[in-house]
Amino acid sequence: MTETRAVITGIGVVAPSGIGADAHWKTVLDGSTRLSRITRFDPSSYPVTLAGEVPEFDVDDYITARLKVATDRWTWHGFAATQEALTDSTIDLSTMDPYDTAVALASSSGGNEFGQGELQSLWCEPDGKVSVYQSIAWFYAASVGQISILHQLKGQCSVLVAEAAGGLDSFAQATRTIRRGTKMVLAGGTEGPLSPYALACQLSTNRLSTSDDPTTAYTPFDGGARGYIPAEGGAVLVVEDLDHARERGADIYGEVLGWGATHDGKASRPGSGGSVDQYARAMRLALQRSGRTASEVDVVFPDAVGVLAADQAEAAAMRAVFGDGGPAVTTQKAQVGRMYQGGAAVDVATALQAMRYDMLPATHGLTDPAPGCELNFVREATARRTDIAMVNARGYDGYNTSLVVGRYED
Amino acid sequence: MSGADGHRRVVVTGVGVVAPGGITRDQFWSTLTAGRTATRKITFFDASKFRSRVAAEADFDPVAAGLSAQEIRRADRYVQFGLATAAEALADSGLELDEATLENTGVVMGSAVGGTLALENEYVAVSNTGKEWLVDHTYGGPFLYQALVPSSLAADIAHRYGTHGPTQVISTGCTSGIDAIGYAWQLVQDGEADVIIAGAADSPISPVTVSSFDAIKATTPENDDPEHASRPFDATRKGFVMGEGGAVLILEELGHALARGAKVYCEVTGYASRSNGFHMTGLRPDGLEMSEAITVSLNQGRTNPDDVDYICAHGSGTKQNDRHETAAFKRALGDHAYQASVSSIKSMIGHSLGAIGAIEMAACALTIDNNVVPPTANWSQRDPECDLDYTPVHARERQVDVALSVGSGFGGFQSAMVFSRLKEAS
Repeated sequence: MTETRAVITGIGVVAPSGIGADAHWKTVLDGSTRLSRITRFDPSSYPVTLAGEVPEFDVDDYITARLKVATDRWTWHGFAATQEALTDSTIDLSTMDPYDTAVALASSSGGNEFGQGELQSLWCEPDGKVSVYQSIAWFYAASVGQISILHQLKGQCSVLVAEAAGGLDSFAQATRTIRRGTKMVLAGGTEGPLSPYALACQLSTNRLSTSDDPTTAYTPFDGGARGYIPAEGGAVLVVEDLDHARERGADIYGEVLGWGATHDGKASRPGSGGSVDQYARAMRLALQRSGRTASEVDVVFPDAVGVLAADQAEAAAMRAVFGDGGPAVTTQKAQVGRMYQGGAAVDVATALQAMRYDMLPATHGLTDPAPGCELNFVREATARRTDIAMVNARGYDGYNTSLVVGRYED
Repeated sequence: MSGADGHRRVVVTGVGVVAPGGITRDQFWSTLTAGRTATRKITFFDASKFRSRVAAEADFDPVAAGLSAQEIRRADRYVQFGLATAAEALADSGLELDEATLENTGVVMGSAVGGTLALENEYVAVSNTGKEWLVDHTYGGPFLYQALVPSSLAADIAHRYGTHGPTQVISTGCTSGIDAIGYAWQLVQDGEADVIIAGAADSPISPVTVSSFDAIKATTPENDDPEHASRPFDATRKGFVMGEGGAVLILEELGHALARGAKVYCEVTGYASRSNGFHMTGLRPDGLEMSEAITVSLNQGRTNPDDVDYICAHGSGTKQNDRHETAAFKRALGDHAYQASVSSIKSMIGHSLGAIGAIEMAACALTIDNNVVPPTANWSQRDPECDLDYTPVHARERQVDVALSVGSGFGGFQSAMVFSRLKEAS
């Protein structure tokens, strides 16, 4: 029995790099930094003042006023990314059985800004209470539920929570779901980490950069790496059964070939970069399940968290898998900030665009690699054919996921 | 060992439970079979300003459950439930976690609201009781990020045992528990892991959650008689009673379990989830999507609808839910819906949101193991729209070879899972 193949036929990006696949790709190629002082609230009293925010976003372009009041900004970005992806894919959902379509997005921290507002309503007055929408806007499944309702996607839906790694796990889950008979599954995810309370929570890890210079604040793999800058947004992609995509004459970006997920089995500790062995094992599993060898990989999009020990462990894991030469490595996380699971999904989008346009974008924010981080970085945008791309992500406290996507071939 | 559909077969070899009225597997089962209710006036905080002031609280002692001082400091209450139930389930399974096993053992846990309890407690401090929008982060505790991201639940279990297999938290609201076990089931079916520590945990009894359900009148407003406040399928039901807790099942590939001579509770023979595409909280009375999930999950194991002996209902005790799922059972099982024993254990231990799905699967495993169907406590008055056999008040001895459980949650998710007595391994 040949296994059902899952391909990607639509990309929707809503990120600091812009709205829509084209805007994102343009930013990725021009290399302009999209980090700036936080505008969602006054960050003066916090050690972290920079973030990646989605520019010129108008939720009214995507949903009704009624839906807007019942949802958090994180879900708004999910609605928008979904709409962009569906439009890009040209899929006509009205011709499909709703049970053949589903949503499998990653979520990490839920509707933070909305939730903080409701906590304030509850606690600031003795008779305070929350609104009727708190129960449906704050919880982690809000985006998936709302998107499934809006677009009538009634098959097996999933909400994956593995911090940044979940963004890749969602593509694995979408593919599993397709292999069990579903025709189209939305994968990816967005994140909304920019409320004062959510920022306070993130500060407790001491993994964020306190620099206020957007050009040097977040420099993964660099000797000057000092942590990451958080960002809002992410990407939603259309994952589709190959036969279904071919029958409707869809334009195919690439194929989900395989994945591997492992866990360190121990907690993230300050100064520890996590398990090199388990991270490398995730990559090897992904290659093995893809039926590919390490030497066939053309480019790797790393997690690039910008914490020195973690970057060094990541580089060591890649060396363990690929040897000293290794494939091209590129990351634009420093350009747009860390969107957690949203960022991993954006990396999948970037990898597929690199494949489509035969162009590898430059690594952003890297001047001099830190000791142990001397990888084959793409230093400037380079015209080159890509057939196989590996995208990696790590979730806080030990999650490792590696996803392999390939150029679609008959 | 492969089943008829080519997938590997998966069995349950260990069960651990923390629930109100019973903080170990054995206590849980004796609470259920005695028909004892664990619902009471909320004691965790002053709930006097809220519409609903009853809940099913667990008298859980993390030290007695074997948690270390550091785990207790670090882990929010729901994670503590996860650690305690994982420990009990692993011990029950007799599994030896040697290096080779750890590589292929995963952790998949469900949770609907994650670290809400810790997040709210910390919020009160950093915001100075809600006075400051620009919260003062210097008043936050060292594990605030673990509270923000519910991935902590599975991670902390993986840390304790040093497991290296696929690890995930599934958060699909009130179907999280079934969906997490379903996700784990598929991973073992596909060979992505041989063993998975699978379950769910939630500890939602806090002001913000109570207020959230007050706002939409989902929880019961009857506070005067807490022991009888949760009345699923009864004509006088007024809403659900919040609970807390967790359960873990050890899911294991059949050949792996047989090779080590493990006790097998049952086989996981089906799981499906469908969304109603209708409303975040509302349910159409026809039960269409839940019935579809049931039918698909029965078909996966080639289970005849007439062979369903027990249905562990979602039975939350809201007007719309109990009517909705009764219709779904009839649609999926036809006249056999009247022959099956149905019950809602939420009548006794409340509705612990994402956790309850896993607790109900634990109840199904124990039902098959003991051939005793737990009752629906507090049932006394028939609702014409809920006319099945809900096993009122008293547990019943019955040969149970096939148990079906369903969940229904915010977001419109409808999930179904089937546990079957292990048949001859082919």
